[in-house]
Amino acid sequence: MTDPVLSLREAALSLQGNAGPVDILEAISLDVHRGDTLGLVGPSGSGKSSLLMLMGGLERATGGTVTALGHDLTTMSEDALARLRRDHIGVVFQSFHLIPTMTALENVATPLELAGNPDAFARAEEELTAVGLGKRLNHYPSQLSGGEQQRVALARAAAPRPDILLADEPTGNLDSTTGTAIIDLLFGLQERHGATLVLVTHDPGLADRCARVAELSDGHLSERQPPKARTA
Amino acid sequence: MKLRLAARLAGRELRGGLHGFRIFLACVILGVAAIAAVGTVRESIAEGLAQEGATLLGGDAEIELTYRFANPEERAWMDNTATRVSEIADFRSMAVFGEERSLTQVKAVDTAYPLVGTVELSPDMPLDEALADDGLVMHPTLADRLGAAPGDTVTLGSKSFTLRALIEREPDSRTGGFGLGPRTIVLRSALDGAGLLEPGTLFSSHYRLDLPPGTDLDATRAAAEQALEGSGMRWSDARNGAPGVAEFVERLGAFLILVGLSGLAVGGVGISAALRAYLSGKTQTIAILRSLGADQRTIFLTYLMQVAVLGVLGITLGLALGVGLPVLLSPIITAQLPVPAVFAPYPGPMAEAAIYSALSILIFTLWPLAQARDVRPAALYRDADTSGTIPGAVFILTTAALVAALVWIAAWFSGNSTLTYWTAGSIAAALVVLALAGLALRAAARKMRPLARGRTALGWALGAIGGPRSTASAVVLSLGLGLSVLAAVGQVDRNLRDAITRDLPTRAPSFFFVDIQRDQMPDFSARLDGDAGVSRVDAAPMLRGIISEINGRPAAQVAGDHWVLQGDRGVSYAAALPDRSTLTDGNWWGEDYNGPPQVSFAAEEAEEMGLSLGDEITINILGRDLTAEVTSFREVDFSTAGMGFIMILNEAALVNAPHSYIATVYSDADSETAILRDLSRQFPNITAISVRDAVSRVSDLLGSLASATAWGAAATLLTGFMVLIGAAAADARARSYEAAILKVLGASRARILWGLSLRAALLGAAAGSVALGAGIAGAWAVSHYVMETSFAVAWPPALGIVAGGALISLLAGLAFALGPISTRPAQVLRSRE
Repeated sequence: MTDPVLSLREAALSLQGNAGPVDILEAISLDVHRGDTLGLVGPSGSGKSSLLMLMGGLERATGGTVTALGHDLTTMSEDALARLRRDHIGVVFQSFHLIPTMTALENVATPLELAGNPDAFARAEEELTAVGLGKRLNHYPSQLSGGEQQRVALARAAAPRPDILLADEPTGNLDSTTGTAIIDLLFGLQERHGATLVLVTHDPGLADRCARVAELSDGHLSERQPPKARTA
Repeated sequence: MKLRLAARLAGRELRGGLHGFRIFLACVILGVAAIAAVGTVRESIAEGLAQEGATLLGGDAEIELTYRFANPEERAWMDNTATRVSEIADFRSMAVFGEERSLTQVKAVDTAYPLVGTVELSPDMPLDEALADDGLVMHPTLADRLGAAPGDTVTLGSKSFTLRALIEREPDSRTGGFGLGPRTIVLRSALDGAGLLEPGTLFSSHYRLDLPPGTDLDATRAAAEQALEGSGMRWSDARNGAPGVAEFVERLGAFLILVGLSGLAVGGVGISAALRAYLSGKTQTIAILRSLGADQRTIFLTYLMQVAVLGVLGITLGLALGVGLPVLLSPIITAQLPVPAVFAPYPGPMAEAAIYSALSILIFTLWPLAQARDVRPAALYRDADTSGTIPGAVFILTTAALVAALVWIAAWFSGNSTLTYWTAGSIAAALVVLALAGLALRAAARKMRPLARGRTALGWALGAIGGPRSTASAVVLSLGLGLSVLAAVGQVDRNLRDAITRDLPTRAPSFFFVDIQRDQMPDFSARLDGDAGVSRVDAAPMLRGIISEINGRPAAQVAGDHWVLQGDRGVSYAAALPDRSTLTDGNWWGEDYNGPPQVSFAAEEAEEMGLSLGDEITINILGRDLTAEVTSFREVDFSTAGMGFIMILNEAALVNAPHSYIATVYSDADSETAILRDLSRQFPNITAISVRDAVSRVSDLLGSLASATAWGAAATLLTGFMVLIGAAAADARARSYEAAILKVLGASRARILWGLSLRAALLGAAAGSVALGAGIAGAWAVSHYVMETSFAVAWPPALGIVAGGALISLLAGLAFALGPISTRPAQVLRSRE
C-alpha cells in the first residue's frame, strides 16, 4: 500500500476561549490515501470543520502530528503552508469565501496566478465553463446566487488540479436541489482529476456517497462502513 | 415626550463608550483646533498691537509729512496741542564702513525721542549717550553686512560717525524689520554737514505728539486737519498704532481661517463616513426599536442627540487644544513674532471656531441621520441597505440652508465676502471634482485590471480599487483637498519666485539711485557713459505727491481705495515724451509748452480709477496743492521694475520746485560692485538701492506667506490623514477576510503585504495626481488673473505632491496591513461562517 496523502497521529487541537482553553479535538489518528473519498460526519460542534482545517494547514495542531503529502504541517511556517496549499490542496467552504472585490474569473484565476501559471485566465475560464458559469465570468460575487457562488468556489478549488480536495459543508448554505447539483459537481471534479476528497457534512446521506465515512463525537473519531462499501 | 424618550435611548447607546466615534471626534477636534488656533494668534496680535499702540506709534498721535518738515505755524500748533513733541526724519541712505557699503533706513531723531518706550541697545546704554558727539546706533543686520562693530567709524553721506551700539529693540518699529534697509538711528542735528536731507531729498518727517490725558483723539485729529489744511499731512493715533501691520495680520488671519475651513470640509467627510459606519452597525438595533413601535422622529432624535453630545465634546476638546496650544507656546511664538502679541483665550475666535464646527457637523450628519430614520423593521429579516436612499426634501433644504448660513457667517467673520465666496465655491467645486475623480479612478482600475494579468499583486490592487466596497472615493476625497491646496500654494510660490528672481533681473535694472541733486547729474552720467558694463541708464526728476482731489472732489470719493491713492506716489516732469514711452490716448504737450499744468497718467491705473481725458487732478506736492488737467494716457509697465511714473507733468509745472533725480542703471553683474563703489564715493548723498537685494527681501516675504498657507493646508492634510485612518480602520475587517482567503489559496504573507501596499500607494498617488491637476488649475488661475505672471508647471513640487499622497496613503494602509497578514486564516474564516 502506498503512503497516505493525509496522515494524522494523535492530533489534538485546543483553542483559547474566554473561560480558558477548550479541547476541540483529542488524539485523532487517521490515514487517507490517494484517490480516497472520506466523509466526515458528526453532530454540530463535534470538531469536523476544525479537523478539516488541521488537514489543510489552516489551523495548527496543538498536539500530535498532521502530515500531508509527506510534509509535517505542525512544523511548517505559515508561508510554507500557503505554498503547499497553492500547489496541492484545494479547499471549499460552506460560506464560499470568494474575494468580494474580484470577479468570478479573477477569483478562479488567483490560485493559478499565485502558482505563476501563464495561462491562468484561460484555465480559469475553462473551469468556470465546466461548472456551467461560462456566461458569468465577469460578475462579482455579490451579483451571483448562492449556488453560483459555490460553483465558482468549486472551480477555484479544482483549477490548480490539487492532490487533495477539502470540502467543508459545501451545501450547508444551499437549498437541496442546488446542493445536490453542487455535490454532483464536486464528485465529478474529484473523479476527473483523481484527487483525494475529504467531505465534511452533517448529512449522513451525503457522507454515504463517499468510499469511507468517519464520525466525530466528543472530539474522538470512529470509522464506519458506508452503505456503498457494505453493498459492494 | 419624544424628546425625553430619545434622550434616554441615546444615553443607553452612549453607555457603551465612544469606540465607534474615535474618527468622528478626531475630525471635529482637529478642525476646531486649527481654526481656533489661527483665530487666537490673530486676536493675540491684534490685542498686542492695540495695547502697544502708543509705543508702536512712538506717541499718542503722529503727523506725517512727505518730503518736508513742518513750517513754523504748523509746529506751533503741535507745540500748543501736545505736552511734548518729537520730530523725526525718516529716509534711505548709504552706510559706509571701509570698502563695504549698504543701504540703510535712517531715523534722524531729536533729543525727545522716544516719547514712549525705550530703545534697547547692546552694549546696554542710554540712547542719548549713544548718540552724543556724532554717535549712531544701527541694527545688527546692518553692522553684519558692513562688518562693523561698536567703536568703529561709519560714514553717512559725507560725515563720519562713531558706531556706539547695536539696536536690540526699537519700540516704534512697525514693520518688524521688514524694509529694504536695516535701521540706523542718529541725531538729526548731527547730520548737518553730511550732505543728506538736502532740498529735493526723499524723506518723510514724523511728529510724535504726547497728548494730555483724556484728549479726544477724534477732535484733535479734526483740529490738526484744519490747522494743517492742504499740507498733505497724514494722521495716525495710538488706537491703531501700526495700521499696516494690523491690516496685514487681519487679512492673513482671515485667509488662513478660510484655508482652515477646507480642513473642516475634509473633516466633515470623515465625520459623515464615521457616522455612516456607526449607523450601519446599528441597523439591527434601529429595526428592533422600529418593530417595538418607535417612530421615525424618535429614531432621528435618538441619533441626532448622540451626534450633538459628541459634537459638543469634540468642539470643547478642539477649543481647549486650539486655544491652549498657542497660549502654552506663547513664549516661543512671541519670540518669533516681529510684532507684539498678548496671548490669552479670546471669546471671539473661540465662538467663530465653535460656530463653524457646529454647522459643519450638522451639514455632514443630517444626510446619514435621515437615512437611519428610514430603516424599516423588515431589516430584521433581510439585509436592508439604506445607504443609497435619498432623504426627504426637508433634510435636503435644511442642509442647503445650513451651508448658506455657514458661508454667510464666514463672510461676516472674515470681513471679505468676495474671498469667502470664492473659497467656499472652490471648496465645493473641489469636493465635487474629487468625488467624480474617485468614480473615474474606480472605472479606470476596472478597465486596467485585465492588463495586469500575470502581475498578481497589481491585479489584486486594481481589483480592490475598482471593485465593490472600494475605498477609492474616500481616499481621493480625504487626501485630495489638502493636497490640492498644497499643490496650488507650491505652484504659485515657485512661479512667483521664478518671475521675480529669474525673469525680473534679466529685464530689471541693477540699481535705483535716488536723491541725485540736479547739479550732480552731469558727473553722474559721465561715470556711467564710459562704462562698457552699463547697457542703459534712465534718469528723471522725481518728486513725491499725494492725489488729494479729482475734479474738485476728494479723490477717495471718486476712485475708492485704489492703490494709487494709498500714500504718496512718485511724480516726474518732462518737456518731451520720454524715450520708450507710448501714448495710448490724448496728446503730449509740446516741448516748449508753458501753459496751465497738464498731466500724463498711466493708462491702466487711469482706467481702474475711472479717469478720462480732461479730468482735473489735484496733487499735494511739498504741502502745496497743484491742479493739472489729464491730457494723455501712457503705457506704464511696472512688471519690469524699471522707472515708471504714474504721473508725469509738463516741465514748467514742477521745474522750480525743490527736487532731486532718480536714475536706473542696467549693468552686468560684474560691473555692479565698481559702479556702486565709485558713485557712493563721488556722491556720498546719493542712495543706491540694489534690485537684487530688494528682490531677495520680497522673495523672503513671499516665502513666509507661502509657509503660512502651507501650514494651513497641512492642517487640512492632517485631518485628511485622520479620515484616511478611519477609512482604513473601517476597511480592516474586509482586508483581513481577503488576506485569509488568499492564504488559503496559497499566497505568502509578503505577497499579500505587497498587494495591500501597492493598493494603498496607487490610491494615494492617484489622489495626489487629481489634487495636482486641481492645484495646477488653481495656481494657473491665480498666476494668470491675480498675479498677472506667466505660468509653467514646476515639476519638483508637483511630483512631491503625488509622492506625498502615495506615502500618506501607504502609511495609513500599512498601519492596518499588519493585522490581516499576521492572523491565521482559520480564525478569520470561522468568524465569517
